[in-house]
Amino acid sequence: MMIHCLLNPTMPILPLAALGTVALSAGALSAILFYLVGGIAALSAVALVVSRNIVHTAVFLLFTLVSAAGIYFLLDAAFVAAVQMVIYVGGTLILIVFGVMLTARLPHEPPHESNVERGVAIAIGAVMLFALAMALVRSPLAQQPAPAETSTEVNHERPTIPTNSQSTPVWPGSRDATDYPVESIGRALLGDYLAPFELASVLLLLVMIGAAYLAKARRRGPEQITPQPVRQEAMS
Amino acid sequence: VTMSLANFSPLALSLYPVGLTHFLLLGAVLLVCGVLAILTKRNAIGILMGVELILNAANINLVAFDHFANVAAGGAAIGQFGRHAPDGQIIALFVIVLAAAEAAVALAIFLNFYNNFASIDVERADELRG
Repeated sequence: MMIHCLLNPTMPILPLAALGTVALSAGALSAILFYLVGGIAALSAVALVVSRNIVHTAVFLLFTLVSAAGIYFLLDAAFVAAVQMVIYVGGTLILIVFGVMLTARLPHEPPHESNVERGVAIAIGAVMLFALAMALVRSPLAQQPAPAETSTEVNHERPTIPTNSQSTPVWPGSRDATDYPVESIGRALLGDYLAPFELASVLLLLVMIGAAYLAKARRRGPEQITPQPVRQEAMS
Repeated sequence: VTMSLANFSPLALSLYPVGLTHFLLLGAVLLVCGVLAILTKRNAIGILMGVELILNAANINLVAFDHFANVAAGGAAIGQFGRHAPDGQIIALFVIVLAAAEAAVALAIFLNFYNNFASIDVERADELRG
């Protein structure tokens, strides 16, 4: 039985069903895809924390960001996934990689963290993850898996919202020629969210000016870079 | 309030019908990894990557809440223009934009720091005061 399907049940299932070898319901397929993509995201996030080479860390961040885009696809948020790929993977990550390359020539490598620090960090992480997982599993959100509650009331007796028996694919199901998710996003961006939208554009302009100003200041030749840290008077 | 240890079994969550909780758990894992990266990394760019991880965890939560709230409403959450208003997705878009801006400024600061100190070890950044 499929409580809900995360995918459009018509499009991606048809080639698999045509194979005839595996008969997967849309719910099972989306569950498999979730565990695959989510597992990649979680494992690469853990590897990002563990790895000590900054270049490897950047590669693991790439894996995490791409898997997060896959998660957005599974959640019917194709536009957010595309924006994630374009801006995060194509912009922010490239920026970070450039930062790694520009600061790669270290005269003295930063020392690795000590074992005590590692132990403390692992303890903090374990406690945080345990607390979050317990709070999530025991929350009223987890009690009703199929139609998740939107309000925060702890009321288990509320009538369940009637849904279609064959799972409710939300947007793809009711989509006609005039109702595209991207269109609703665009209408909301220029409607309800017009003020934050304009603020974001102003902020991007400020950030562009500020970053250009900060990054151009007093460039020294690479041969003049010395480990001595007393040059800060020129800054102020 | 007495809570036995059996109440704390995370295995109370079933694996198969993937619901909202699974996505939130994934977001929690990413959040904890980001916090740990911030705590343990000494490379400033590594810390920036931790921040990006945390923002991605928040984004996964936002998009998951958006999707499952829409499921709970039977796809009938009607916005201003007679259609579903994807609030969570829009906030996620803003988070992505702000993360890009934050990364740009942070990297500019790190480059400046590197030019002055020939290092990006955050332990050496304690002379930035004044």
